[in-house]
Amino acid sequence: MAEVPATADVVVIGAGIVGNSLVHHLTRLGWRNVVQIDKGPLPNPGGSTGHASNFIFTVDHSREITDLTLDSVRQYQEMGVFTQSGGFEIARTPERMEELRRRMSSARAWGIEAELVSPEFVKDKVPFIETDQFIGAFWTPGVGVVDSLRAGTIMRERALATGELTVVPTVEVVGLDTEEGPHGRRRITRVRTTGGDIETGTVVIAAGVWSPKLGDMAGISIPLTPAVHQMISVGPCPQLAEKEGEISFPIVRDMDTFCYERQHGADMEVGSYAHRAILHEPEDIPSIDQAKLSPTELPFTSDDFDPQLEQAYELMPELLGAEGAEMRYAINGLLSLTCDGNPILGESEVAGLWTAAAVWIKEGPGVGRAVAEWMTEGHSEIDLHHSDIARFHQHQKRREHTRLRTTESFIKTYGIIHPGEQYESDRDQRLSPMHASQQKLGAVFFETAGWERPFWYESNAGLLEQYGDAVMPREHEWDSRWWSPIINAEHLRMREAAAVIDLSAFCIFDITGPGALDTVQRTCVAQCDVAVGKVVYTPVLDAKGGFRSDLTVMRLGEDHFRVVTGGAHGMADRAWFAGHLPDDEATTLTDLTDDVSTIGIWGPRARDILASLTSDDVSDAGFGFLTCREVDVRGTTVLASRISYVGELGWELYVPMESAADLWEALLEAGAPHGAVPAGIGVYGTTGRIEKGYRAYGAELDSERTIVEAGMQRPKVKVADFVGKEAYLAQREAAPAAVLCTLTVDDHTSASGMKRYMLGGEPILTADGRTLTDGHGHHPYVTSAGSAPSLGKHVLLAYLPPEEAVLGNQLAVSYMEELYPVTVGSVDATPLLDPDNERIR
Amino acid sequence: MNALDVLVCVKRVPDSTSELVLTEDGQGVDGRFAGFTMSQHEQCAVEIAVQVAAATGGAASVLTLGDGDAVEQLRAALAVGCTAATHVVADSQQLGPADVAREIAAVVRAHEADGRPHDLVLLGHDAADTGDFQVGIRLAYELGRPVVNGVTVVSVEDGVLTASGDGPDGHETYRVPLPAVVTVLEGGVEPRYPTVPGRMKAKKVPVEERGLAGTPAGAARVRWSLPPAAPSDVQVLGKGPEAAPAVVDLLEQLGVLAR
Repeated sequence: MAEVPATADVVVIGAGIVGNSLVHHLTRLGWRNVVQIDKGPLPNPGGSTGHASNFIFTVDHSREITDLTLDSVRQYQEMGVFTQSGGFEIARTPERMEELRRRMSSARAWGIEAELVSPEFVKDKVPFIETDQFIGAFWTPGVGVVDSLRAGTIMRERALATGELTVVPTVEVVGLDTEEGPHGRRRITRVRTTGGDIETGTVVIAAGVWSPKLGDMAGISIPLTPAVHQMISVGPCPQLAEKEGEISFPIVRDMDTFCYERQHGADMEVGSYAHRAILHEPEDIPSIDQAKLSPTELPFTSDDFDPQLEQAYELMPELLGAEGAEMRYAINGLLSLTCDGNPILGESEVAGLWTAAAVWIKEGPGVGRAVAEWMTEGHSEIDLHHSDIARFHQHQKRREHTRLRTTESFIKTYGIIHPGEQYESDRDQRLSPMHASQQKLGAVFFETAGWERPFWYESNAGLLEQYGDAVMPREHEWDSRWWSPIINAEHLRMREAAAVIDLSAFCIFDITGPGALDTVQRTCVAQCDVAVGKVVYTPVLDAKGGFRSDLTVMRLGEDHFRVVTGGAHGMADRAWFAGHLPDDEATTLTDLTDDVSTIGIWGPRARDILASLTSDDVSDAGFGFLTCREVDVRGTTVLASRISYVGELGWELYVPMESAADLWEALLEAGAPHGAVPAGIGVYGTTGRIEKGYRAYGAELDSERTIVEAGMQRPKVKVADFVGKEAYLAQREAAPAAVLCTLTVDDHTSASGMKRYMLGGEPILTADGRTLTDGHGHHPYVTSAGSAPSLGKHVLLAYLPPEEAVLGNQLAVSYMEELYPVTVGSVDATPLLDPDNERIR
Repeated sequence: MNALDVLVCVKRVPDSTSELVLTEDGQGVDGRFAGFTMSQHEQCAVEIAVQVAAATGGAASVLTLGDGDAVEQLRAALAVGCTAATHVVADSQQLGPADVAREIAAVVRAHEADGRPHDLVLLGHDAADTGDFQVGIRLAYELGRPVVNGVTVVSVEDGVLTASGDGPDGHETYRVPLPAVVTVLEGGVEPRYPTVPGRMKAKKVPVEERGLAGTPAGAARVRWSLPPAAPSDVQVLGKGPEAAPAVVDLLEQLGVLAR
């Protein structure tokens, strides 16, 4: 057996599907002196990979997860460990059928072959299924099963063949040592193990359910929880035993009972996500010696499974009740869950300490490749921002948060999740100073980054009558769930008079010191070497020219810049800027998110309202667009920034937390005579923005999109160097492979006569329903959708193939498997409303 | 042949096939990691009960003494063919073997009084946790019935029970009249796994609940302790294909491979 080496360029902790994939891709990308350790034996060290059901359904509503899955399938196929079986997701209810239609949208958007089929179609391929138990199914022929242990061995052996990998099994990590680096950021220096210490500057924790325990050793939070997924194996079933090989029948996901039936040789495996959430602490997982089967195959609790047994039996009575078919294996298998359902990938706050955890078999090899690319080049081909460990806010790093959220979401594993759906548990973590006032106004709160943000105010319900059909009411329950026509009423009032909007969720940080200018210049695309008092809106790119973010930077002094960015992605942005600080200790980054509140006021009357509260000059001549300065508002010093994300004249007002409630009240009070109302994020994030064609990070913008494709290029590129400049310059020279367009829906009438409104994610097709493909080989889909009440239109944003990006071009959007005509209204960032931006001035 | 009524007695115990973990107070085994089960001997006793009942057109019932969780073991026996269940609700840690024997006897007598006499009572040879080896003999004494200990195969013909197993001096076969008590050692029968319909049926069988019939004398146990870990003796049999003959020899030696 190999000894634990004294030094390594990188140590990968874990030999499950993720760790094995990582060592393969790291060595492939040129890493040398790679060490992989696991506390268990090989090839099955006892983690979740060892008991996985190993099947892969390719269609997910998330593009990121789908792309990782498709890449994994390609890798499994290349290794010869993928067996295609096809898979059905069956619907027992009309609501589920509608969800399967929505799944068709995702399948079309991601270019995956799929079809809605009848129970008879299913019966033809799965003869032992009872067709009277369900009403239809979603058929994905490309579904299959893999041998994940074999795949792991193959990838490990490929890495070993490079001569750069040392694998040491049955060695347990007992400590992760760090030392203090510049700006107080620690970095990893050593892995201590039961087999000796390894000096190293790079470590990856790929230890699945044990990852939080390892994270604790280095003082970082890896917020996942081990959770039970129950599975039984029934056999031998004669109907299965007579077939050759591991799998001959398609896998059935019984979506409404949260179960699946998957053939495994002569046995039928029945797995369940229907039971109560059974969560464990990583410290309570048995050791290999203590465990009866493996540490992640815990004793089966049959009471929890009994209801599912009955439902599975109803679906397949002849098979599961066959003579001689016994329940010969049953486990409470442990897998990893996170508060938002996404993996935990990327470099932690400890420099050199990476994570790759909470990954399913279906994503394993794809994650291994993507994280290895990220470690090697600083970015990955597949955008991973939903999975970035940097995304977690402080309140999300608590084990309690993970426990509460996964308890709530476990039962939704096969659930029907509305795109706007809100969590119920562990709310009220971050309340703005205006919260009490907002509650009185009947605010309906949605959560972003722990902040409770009003999406609309019931106090504005009276506006509905005033605006009538202009609020574009939605008849269908699904279209109007987590939505209110009051949003559109607030919008119309803002365009008519003014709106006051709470923006406390902004993530705000200051960069100060002699290296401040250099730091923002190197991270931002736009020219930041501007006069003090200027406001700069800028993309932030990675080295390959994909979006890291888009945000605003204010120059508050020669050596003082303030960065303001969205709450959802703010922690990752902060980490990005912190990572680009010079090593000198004089230049610092200070997070002001919890000290400064932001209130926006926009609309034609915004200037009158602000002027009524201050004696400072707020005229256009005295306070121009894209400038900022301190003003005195009723005795409180407020940093006002003249900028707009809703296309109106107005300001973002940055105010100390303790004075924010007073400012809020003052604005509402002074605004009332002018017709101003409080407006929610429904206006700020969707209706106001979409009328102006403003792009949103995470929707239109991510690391797979470029400035040119997003139509955001400026005539000139600054001379100063910045991350992604070389790639950006090349992108400007080349013809774009896709073009971000704004489309309007021409007719909303469905076959039933009811008007339907798209919510985002739907595929854009030719007018007669044929697939479109852009220069990347991707298919267009709706990145944002929303009402544009001032236009009386429902507006969609989508990246189209360049040849389709023509003003007036007639296409179609597919929604719930029906086509609706759409027209291209803009082929660049030109807004549909007020194209000359006169309202902003 | 007369239809036979068989009662099989089982005990909820921590699964002991992996490393044992004691509870903090030393009064029991912590089954958190390995789970709870009935002993291998009892699983075989259940299998024999079901087979004997089926062979004679009779019925098998199951009995346990334990806390509320012990119902899981009753359901497990019901899922593989028992058709009735009795739960004597008590903390089994507080009872000694004499107490348990007396309680089982009380149930047997009560059932008999209700017109449901048990012709044969089967037990495991010993419980996997306490290992007292006493309950079967004490029960037979209480009931005044013949008892056979530590057998692996049981059959009944014309009211005569034949039980056999390996003894210290060779294979032993006993013939005893019914009613009788038999304690079973694993190895003679292959316990079946539950079927899906069996498990569903088991869920619906009502469980007869009873309290203790007498005041327990107690187990008189001070605390448990674990023996020191056995030294692990690793012998490398060879490397690669050359090791194959040595592996085959070893498997034969262990009796898992017949030549």
